[in-house]
Amino acid sequence: MAFEGLADRLQNTMQKIRGKGKVTEADVKEMMREVRLALLEADVNFKVVKNFVKKVSERSVGQEVMKSLTPGQQVIKVVKEELTELMGGEQSQVAVAKRPPTVIMMVGLQGAGKTTTTGKLANLLRKRYNRKPLLVAADIYRPAAIKQLETLGKQLSMPVFSLGDQVSPVEIAKQAIAKAKEDHHDYVLIDTAGRLHIDEELMGELKEIKELSNPDEIFLVVDAMTGQDAVNVAQSFDEQLGVTGVILTKLDGDTRGGAALSIRAVTEKPIKFAGMGEKLDALEPFHPERMASRILGMGDVLTLIEKAQTNVDEGKAKEMEQKMRTMSFTFDDFLDQLGQVRSMGPLDEIIKMLPGANKMKGLNNIQVDEKQISHIEAIIQSMTSEEKQHPEIINAGRRKRIAKGSGTSIQEVNRLLKQFEEMKKMMKQMSNMQQKGKKKGMGGMPFKFPF
Amino acid sequence: MGFFKKLKDKLTTSTDQATEKFKSGLTKTRDNFSNKVNDLVARYRKIDEDFFEELEEILIGADVGFDTVMELIDELKHEVKRRNTKDPEEVRDIITEKMVEIYQGDDEAPNELNMQEGELTVILFVGVNGVGKTTTIGKMAHQFKEDGKKVLLAAGDTFRAGAIEQLEVWGERTGVDVIKQAEGSDPAAVMYDAIRAAKSRQADVLLCDTAGRLQNKVNLMKELEKVKRVIEREIPGAPHEVLIVLDATTGQNAMIQAKTFKEATDVTGIVLTKLDGTAKGGIVLAIRHELDIPVKFVGLGEKVDDLQPFNAEQYVYGLFASAFEEKEDDESESEDE
Repeated sequence: MAFEGLADRLQNTMQKIRGKGKVTEADVKEMMREVRLALLEADVNFKVVKNFVKKVSERSVGQEVMKSLTPGQQVIKVVKEELTELMGGEQSQVAVAKRPPTVIMMVGLQGAGKTTTTGKLANLLRKRYNRKPLLVAADIYRPAAIKQLETLGKQLSMPVFSLGDQVSPVEIAKQAIAKAKEDHHDYVLIDTAGRLHIDEELMGELKEIKELSNPDEIFLVVDAMTGQDAVNVAQSFDEQLGVTGVILTKLDGDTRGGAALSIRAVTEKPIKFAGMGEKLDALEPFHPERMASRILGMGDVLTLIEKAQTNVDEGKAKEMEQKMRTMSFTFDDFLDQLGQVRSMGPLDEIIKMLPGANKMKGLNNIQVDEKQISHIEAIIQSMTSEEKQHPEIINAGRRKRIAKGSGTSIQEVNRLLKQFEEMKKMMKQMSNMQQKGKKKGMGGMPFKFPF
Repeated sequence: MGFFKKLKDKLTTSTDQATEKFKSGLTKTRDNFSNKVNDLVARYRKIDEDFFEELEEILIGADVGFDTVMELIDELKHEVKRRNTKDPEEVRDIITEKMVEIYQGDDEAPNELNMQEGELTVILFVGVNGVGKTTTIGKMAHQFKEDGKKVLLAAGDTFRAGAIEQLEVWGERTGVDVIKQAEGSDPAAVMYDAIRAAKSRQADVLLCDTAGRLQNKVNLMKELEKVKRVIEREIPGAPHEVLIVLDATTGQNAMIQAKTFKEATDVTGIVLTKLDGTAKGGIVLAIRHELDIPVKFVGLGEKVDDLQPFNAEQYVYGLFASAFEEKEDDESESEDE
């Protein structure tokens, strides 16, 4: 998960303050040093850090915190508010031209992920807004860049416009727009070659494309792992082209992603989307407040709930709850639930979205191997329906057969059976608790994963 | 003084185009970095906490690893105390001295590649997405070819769209054969094929491309381990080099990248790419310091001959050149006294 390092560090700092009756100026100062170091460590540009710390410090030393009954909480609040403000509001909409087609230019350094993002954005436009985009291969410099976009186009079954690598990108853009009008495409996504912001010649080329195609959006694609230089890159591209938005890529890595803060602060342009994975549907709207909460280790419950809502069938969930109460939960149900949870995304990501997860030792660095889950699925699928309904009938011979059938070992089968039993016990306890009205069942994951 | 002068003398005697290229490639870096150091030194009359804080920021601004910066600052503070100096001018010298020390450590690690004479040398390239693995392979193939070696390329990036074609274009440009399978096939199988082919065609060098992967993807890292295992099994002692390609624009995360890839594939060296931008790639100092992985090559541009062997002295010289040249002038003046 992005930013976890920052969260850890701030959390430690806040821990010291939390519960303190009175905050002195010295306390604030010490805390600000920690905040400063945490942000620097997270690759936030040092100038941005300086301003940020100054702001927070001013507010903290002022009346707001000193007079508050819970000064520690107050400081956290101030930091969070300032952080949220720095990140800006949520703005994931894409411009629509008055007269179609809407032209979007993708620009950025080499290797930022422009071509992949172009594919993802086209997919998103089609899926969410029911648009009909035309992809334009204007990267004539990098070997096989055109081929890459064409392959993506094929995967998405979307048309890709290209004129080979001997025609100037300006010309390609011009013809592509004409073609889009002809074929009634409402969006034109121009994938340009990666270039250095200090390369005058190539930046000149982008300016020409811009003048000619009059784009409604110019998206700067930035690698989330970028260090201090993010500021120079973003500023330079923005000054020369007038960027309208930023797309942050590779945010599914373990980078702390301070670049996001830096870019926001120097360009004041919104970060609209974030690339969260290798697949073509892994482009998500960027949520500034959620990011701010995540930085402060407050968990990303909103995303989790959203994911659960889109992926978990409500009727099924109710049925499941009923089954858990009545203890008639079988391996069939288990398989079902595994599938539902999995459809929400990689498990380690889901776990990390839970509040406090990065505070819990062990959970912090948990790495769930998706393959293990496949093994579990294979084991269950190798059972007969009789066995799935009544696991107690599984004797040594059956175990052997199941292990063989699923390509696992008897030990693994045993482990699963044992864990399943434990899980059922736990469910019983939980439903007892619910009946006492102590705790309301949370639709999420009421069982322990058997690994 | 001394230190820089020695460095400069050493470089001017051996000076060639490479140094020039280094200097021009690092111009932006150098301007930013050394100007700031100069500016800092000029602005402070005495050394205090603020001075160190600002120095800290300059170093962080060059993406030098966070922990390394903290360590460096501590050492500097200590040194300043020991020498009992209050003069920022003097500190400038200590800063540069310490930085080279950090990079070089105790030993002067060789940055030549571990080439097998008369036998097949296998070099595996690893790294996250978009750092320039394939481009680096293309450039390196060109260099080996120039040296009269028979080179073979293995298209191990079977995942990314167009990656195989990209390597093929480089193969055509440099006149080198590419061993490939269809997109989506098992990269380990490609390596197996490539090694077989390299053996039967009696190639001198086999350069193995792999798909970019973020270091926190467990399965993909496992896949990479498997690729390496297959190579090891086919040729004992291979791969002779595992080079991690790092993008100079990457910040602190480069450290985690180097660490994780080292754990998975026992990385033997770094190729630092895109150093012709404004990014400084200072993180390599920290990586060398903390993980003991030397930089072997740097990418200084998009052309086929823009890959240069890394020279720590050149690099540091590039970083500090202007600070140092000014100092030289001062010294020649003061020498008359």
